[in-house]
Amino acid sequence: MEAPYLAIPSMGVSAPPVQPSPPDILKESGQREVFCGLTSIVWLHRRMPDAFFLVVGSRTCAHLIQSAAGVMIFAEPRFGTAILGEKDLAGLADANEELDRLVKDLLERRPEIRTLFLVGSCPSEVIKLDLAKAAERLSTQLLGRVRVLNYSGSGIETTFTQGEDNALLSMLPLLPRSDEEQLLIVGTLADAVEDRFRLIFERLGISTVRSLPPRRSTDLPPVGKGTRVLLAQPFLSATARALQHRGATLLSAPYPFGVEGSRDWMAAAATAFGVPTAHFNAVLDPLVERGRLALAPHREVLAGKRLFLLPDSQMEIPLARFLSRECGMELVEVGTPYLDRQLMAADLALLPPETQLSEGQDVDLQLERVRAARPDLVLCGLGLANPLEAEGIATKWSIELVFSPIHGCDQAGELAELFARPLRRRALLQLS
Amino acid sequence: MELTLWTYEGPPHVGAMRIATSMEGVHYVLHAPQGDTYADLLFTMIERRGLRPPVTYTTFQARDLGGDTAELVQRSIRQAVERFQPEALLVGESCTAELIQDQPGALAGGMNLGVPLVNLELPAYSKKENWGAAETFYQLVRTLLKGEMPAPGTPKPSPSRWRQEGRRPRVNLLGPSLLGFRCRDDVLEITRLLAEHGIDVAVVAPLGARPADLIRIPTADANVCLYPEVAGPVCSWLERSFGQPVVRTVPIGIGATAAFLRELHGVLDLALPADLQEVEGQPSEAERRSRLPWYSRSVDSTYLTGKRVFIFADATHAIAAARIASKELGFQVVGLGSYSREQAREVRAAAAELGLEALITDDYLVVEKAMGEAAAELVLGTQMERHSAKRLGLPCAVISAPLHVQDVPARYSPQMGWEGANVIFDSWVHPLMMGLEEHLIGMFRHDFEFVDGHRSHLGDGAPTAAGTGEPEAAPATPAPAPGTITAAAAVREALESLWTADGEAELAKIPFFVRGKVRKNTEAFARERGLERIDAEALYDAKAHFSR
Repeated sequence: MEAPYLAIPSMGVSAPPVQPSPPDILKESGQREVFCGLTSIVWLHRRMPDAFFLVVGSRTCAHLIQSAAGVMIFAEPRFGTAILGEKDLAGLADANEELDRLVKDLLERRPEIRTLFLVGSCPSEVIKLDLAKAAERLSTQLLGRVRVLNYSGSGIETTFTQGEDNALLSMLPLLPRSDEEQLLIVGTLADAVEDRFRLIFERLGISTVRSLPPRRSTDLPPVGKGTRVLLAQPFLSATARALQHRGATLLSAPYPFGVEGSRDWMAAAATAFGVPTAHFNAVLDPLVERGRLALAPHREVLAGKRLFLLPDSQMEIPLARFLSRECGMELVEVGTPYLDRQLMAADLALLPPETQLSEGQDVDLQLERVRAARPDLVLCGLGLANPLEAEGIATKWSIELVFSPIHGCDQAGELAELFARPLRRRALLQLS
Repeated sequence: MELTLWTYEGPPHVGAMRIATSMEGVHYVLHAPQGDTYADLLFTMIERRGLRPPVTYTTFQARDLGGDTAELVQRSIRQAVERFQPEALLVGESCTAELIQDQPGALAGGMNLGVPLVNLELPAYSKKENWGAAETFYQLVRTLLKGEMPAPGTPKPSPSRWRQEGRRPRVNLLGPSLLGFRCRDDVLEITRLLAEHGIDVAVVAPLGARPADLIRIPTADANVCLYPEVAGPVCSWLERSFGQPVVRTVPIGIGATAAFLRELHGVLDLALPADLQEVEGQPSEAERRSRLPWYSRSVDSTYLTGKRVFIFADATHAIAAARIASKELGFQVVGLGSYSREQAREVRAAAAELGLEALITDDYLVVEKAMGEAAAELVLGTQMERHSAKRLGLPCAVISAPLHVQDVPARYSPQMGWEGANVIFDSWVHPLMMGLEEHLIGMFRHDFEFVDGHRSHLGDGAPTAAGTGEPEAAPATPAPAPGTITAAAAVREALESLWTADGEAELAKIPFFVRGKVRKNTEAFARERGLERIDAEALYDAKAHFSR
């Protein structure tokens, strides 16, 4: 594929360009300090206000979701947990009846719900409670009122953001078939960011732009030969592959974090839709310039600072690319829960060649490396942030990155600010 | 199977984590899948802990299930013991591991670790966090004291042996833990209080204790069961096995603190000081040491009389709050409940004393409904009730776990003892409109400067998530429950049509902060009497009816 606007040598999905031999990837398997896929319900339910996410699991699952996000929503939330009791474990037939009863009560209480996701958990997977069958049975019962889907967000099968991948995958069978030419943005975006993207694509002359997940759970985009998929999030491996099986073309691009990433991401779409170069530049150049302007004060704080990224949200590689190339940070180690080389190809190609990548985790060993390296900033989860701060190491909570609007040229300044703030704050405080 | 949206308590292994994390020198190996490490953030974020909880998780994944998860458990135990060199090791499992039955405790038992080992069996599908904490504390103390048990038939040590031994009496403070409510400050306050009465503290546990400290528990003359949710079972066992008497009064509030001191003096065979003797006309220790008695009697507090208060908390704090509210502040308790099923009997008894039926539930929506129906003016609850109260536009003070980060204040703010009573007075009364201020607003409300809806320092009646800027305010759009709202709206509409123009006009003259209640009462009165319209006369009839 021709890629006339791109600043990087290749956008192909094949092998990344040859680089001076990078350090070997560090592969670790030990204690993992990451959330399970259930956590992604916290942003998915906001995206689709007519959907309910019912975890079939244990008290631990319920406690996880309410604790992980660190938020409590005032009203009744649109997610909940069907907590398995001893009786459910004793007889699975009863468990199915119980689930049906509970779903019926729930939907009577919440008549606005159009799609119900039954979300599998570690215990439901281990006892082999067949949620696919349950979803099928309930879908038949509720035909015409509520669609019932199922996926697994269990910790034994998914990390943190993979929950969204599985949720989207469960929606695919419902997507109508159409070979219409369209751009399909896949991955949850903040509504405001999505509106911005649509506007820019419209200015570029790409007329049909749809999103998965949609804002209304029933407003499902079609998919087929004319579909060009642009991933907005780097953790959607299974969904991307399944869309390709349905005839869609996956566009390879860096993820839309930062000015460069966002521009290249849009360029991939522009190439695919044959937008003339001059027109693309006319639309994007002012945005790029404004984005760089917004970045500049944060770059002053971040440039030359050493960053250690612990594995968490799967966004680490694209963020590392942004923070090193656009903010001038030095990368000590870039951890990722798992490495999907195809989905990360464009971002990997842009990382400095000497970047140390690590896949998986053995948290005690990794923290020893953090302590030895004394980085200026560590990207990590909430369980590790205060302990590292107490050791004198500045941190940035990674969970904020999945809740905040950080995509696009217009958000590049905000994204950089999230990383600059802990350093600015340290410079401000005079406590002794 | 039970639908849960928000929960009061976590699973039992989180209770075990509270014990391990509260202590020093204890490590917990938890056989649990990837994701269960979320529990670390309860301690690092809510309690702002600067140390990771001393927990090693096996974080097994699906691919491990095909292989040897038992080997993974053993490897995790070996590495944890090597790395952390604990003085006592807890080994247990979370809900999922319970299903795969690797029996990590038994595996650890066969490993010759050279460390005192507690095999925790916490049934995740029937028990909850507080039970898990109590069971873990009990099992740990029992394991460490196994070798110290007196032979059967040994006479009970005399609680006044301190006298023969020529030392001050000493007690243990049992139950304070992380994620409990104000435990850090309660321990300080009670330690000071005891010191003033010549009583030493031998061991505080689990908070801040090492395993070696637990071994010293039997050297004390009595155990103070500060938090029955955590220390109830261990205190009973120590009483049975070591003959150590237990002081069970929880010193929250004026009356309870005095009763606690009297019980303690009795148990230790100490002479009761004159100002604890309840002699008519003689100033009590409470008067001397706490400001609550005088503050409550001072004229400003007249306006607290009969304030309708709704209480929902863990059993200990709910029972204490009911007593303080009714006897020490002159409130009217209009609802009392708890999520602590283990202590339901005690809560029911406390409610019965107030002519109420206790609400024992762990469904926060049921609590919210009860709160609304009780027409409460003040809510004392957990952080869940704070959210519900906000939705209903009611003032609220948090009195119990579960906590939010803002319930772990930087300042000294105990609940127990004399200073605890001061803290309680302030934190319950401040959310209410200040007494005289309320009176003045009533007096001046006809002045042109008066803007209806003005509520002095309290801001608007029913703040929304977006309006308050609260740190935990949800980023999500609050989801309405249209089913209930539509039904409620229909009822509301039907009722509103009953009001005549002069009825409405009269209603508008009533101060806004009681107008809602008057409207509700009058409508209830009209319904009861089968009135077809509510005019000014009906309103006054209702007013007379309800003032009886």
